[in-house]
Amino acid sequence: MSGATLITCLFVFVLSSFVGFELINKVPPTLHTPLMSGANAISGIAVLGAILVSGSEDLTLSVILGFVAVVLATINVVGGFLVTDRMLLMFKKKEVKA
Amino acid sequence: MNIDEFLPSGIQLSYLVAASLFILGLKKLGSPATARQGNQSAAIGMLLAVVATMLDRQVLSYEVILIGIAIGSAIGAIAAYKVEMTAMPQMVGIFNGLGGAASALVAIAEFWRVLNAGEFLSVTSLVTILLGILIGGITLTGSFVAFAKLQGIMPGAPIQFPLQQVFNAIILIGFLAGSGYFLFVPGNLPVFFGLVGVSLLLGILFVIPIGGGDMPVVISLLNSYSGLAAAAAGFVVNNNMLIIAGALVGASGIILTNVMCKGMNRSLANVLFAAFGSEAAASGSSAAGQSLGTMKSIDSEEGAMMLGYARSIAIVPGYGMAVAQAQHAVRELADQLESMGVEVKYAIHPVAGRMPGHMNVLLAEANVPYTQLYDMEDINPQFDQTDVALVIGANDVVNPAARHDKGSPIYGMPILEVDKAKHTIVIKRGMGTGFSGVQNELFFQDKTMMLFGSAKDVVAQLAAEVKQL
Repeated sequence: MSGATLITCLFVFVLSSFVGFELINKVPPTLHTPLMSGANAISGIAVLGAILVSGSEDLTLSVILGFVAVVLATINVVGGFLVTDRMLLMFKKKEVKA
Repeated sequence: MNIDEFLPSGIQLSYLVAASLFILGLKKLGSPATARQGNQSAAIGMLLAVVATMLDRQVLSYEVILIGIAIGSAIGAIAAYKVEMTAMPQMVGIFNGLGGAASALVAIAEFWRVLNAGEFLSVTSLVTILLGILIGGITLTGSFVAFAKLQGIMPGAPIQFPLQQVFNAIILIGFLAGSGYFLFVPGNLPVFFGLVGVSLLLGILFVIPIGGGDMPVVISLLNSYSGLAAAAAGFVVNNNMLIIAGALVGASGIILTNVMCKGMNRSLANVLFAAFGSEAAASGSSAAGQSLGTMKSIDSEEGAMMLGYARSIAIVPGYGMAVAQAQHAVRELADQLESMGVEVKYAIHPVAGRMPGHMNVLLAEANVPYTQLYDMEDINPQFDQTDVALVIGANDVVNPAARHDKGSPIYGMPILEVDKAKHTIVIKRGMGTGFSGVQNELFFQDKTMMLFGSAKDVVAQLAAEVKQL
C-alpha cells in the first residue's frame, strides 16, 4: 500500500465516521436495539474482504482462512438483518385486536 | 470501452450505490414508521456489494465462496428466527464476535497470500494487518466472554486477580514490542502467530474484570470494535466499501456506549476498570441491611382498587419483569385499565434492559404500541400529575437517593422520579436490594405500597381483580 492510497483511505474513514455520528445521534432510544443489530449486520461487510481472499483457484491456507471468514461474516450479515426485521415487525403504532 | 475496462469502475460505482443505501438505511432506522424499510435498504445494499465483489478480477473460483455463503446464510437464518427477544444481547454479542473474527481472518489470509506470492510488504501494509488482527481478535474473544456472562455460562461477578492492571499492561507492551520487531522481520511466523494469540488473550482479559450488569456497555463497545475491525480489514485489502461501512458501525457503537454510560452516570473508564458489583455492600447512609423505616405491604385486591380508580397511571418496567416473562400479563392489565378509562403510559429508563432499547423491544413483542412508551426525559415532568406509578421489577433506576444522597454509590444517576407520583405501587419478589447492592428508600416512603410476589403472578391477579371492579 502506498502512502497516497493510505491517505485516501483515511479520508474515507474519517468522513464516514462523521456521517455515522450525525445519522445515529438522532435515533430515539426506542429503536436502539434494532439500530444496534442492524449496524451489527452491516459490520459483516468483512464478507467482501473474505470473498476477495478466498476467490483464488489454488487451495492455499489463504483460501481456507477466507472460507471460514465467509461463513462467519455471512452468519453475521444474514442473521443480523433477519433478526432486525423480526424485531421491527413487532413495533406497531396501534394495537391490532385479535 | 470493453468489459475489462468497465468492470473495475462498475464495481466501484456499485459500492457507491451500496454505501448510499447503508446511509439511507441507517437514517430510516431513526423513526419507528420507516425503520423496517431502512433495514431492508441496508440489506439490499449489502447484497449489491456482495454481488459486485464476486465480479472482481481477483475472484477466479466461486465454489468455495458459494458454499461458504450457503452455510453462513442457513446458520444465520435459523439463529435469527429461533432467538428469544430476552436473549437479544447475547445474540448481538455473538454476532459481533463473528464479525470481528471474519475481519481478523481476512487480515491473516491477506498477509499469507502476499507473503507466499513473494510480493513486497510495505510498513503501512504491515501496520494495517496488525491493526486488523488486534481489533478483530479482541472483538472475537471479548464478545464470547460477554456472551458467556450474559448467558450464565460464566459467573457474572467480576473476575479479578492480584496485579491485574499491571499484567494487562505488560501483555499490551508485549504486543507493541512484538509488532515493532515484526515490522522489520515480517517473515518471522512464530512472532506473527504469537501476536495473533496475544490479541485473542487481550479480548478475554479486557472483559473478565467487568461485572455482568455492565455487559450492555461492553456489548455496545464491542459493536463499535466490530465496525472498526471491518474498517481495518478494508485498509488491508484496500477496499473503500469496508472502510465506509466499518466507520458507520464504529460511530454508532460509540454513541450507544455513551448513552448507556450516561444512563448509569458512570464514565467508560469506570465501567471498564472499576469492577462494579464486586463489593456487595456500599458505605453511605443507605447501605444494605440498614433499615430505613417500615415497608407498607398491600394485597392485590387493594392494589387493583388503587389502579382501577386512578385517572392516570405510569408503568415502570425493569429487567425483573422480563426475567419473570410478565410482559404479556402487564399488557393485559394495561388493556383492562384502559377499557375502564384509565390513561396508561410506560416509563422506560435508558438502562432498563440488558442492552440499549431492550425494554422497548420486549414490550413491543407483547404488542404494546410504541406510542405508549415514554423516555425518561419525557415522562419525568409528568409524574406529579400521575395518580399511581406501578413499578414492576425495577429497583436502582427508581431510587430517590440518587438525587440527594452523596454517599450512595448510585448518587447522580438519572432516575425515573416515581416518588413524585401521588401513589406508588412496587411489585417485587422479595426484600433484596438492586444490582448496586443499595437499599431503596422509595420502598419505605409513606405513599409507597409494596406488593410482594412473582411479577407474572401478581400482575395476573391484579388484572383479574381489576376486571371485577
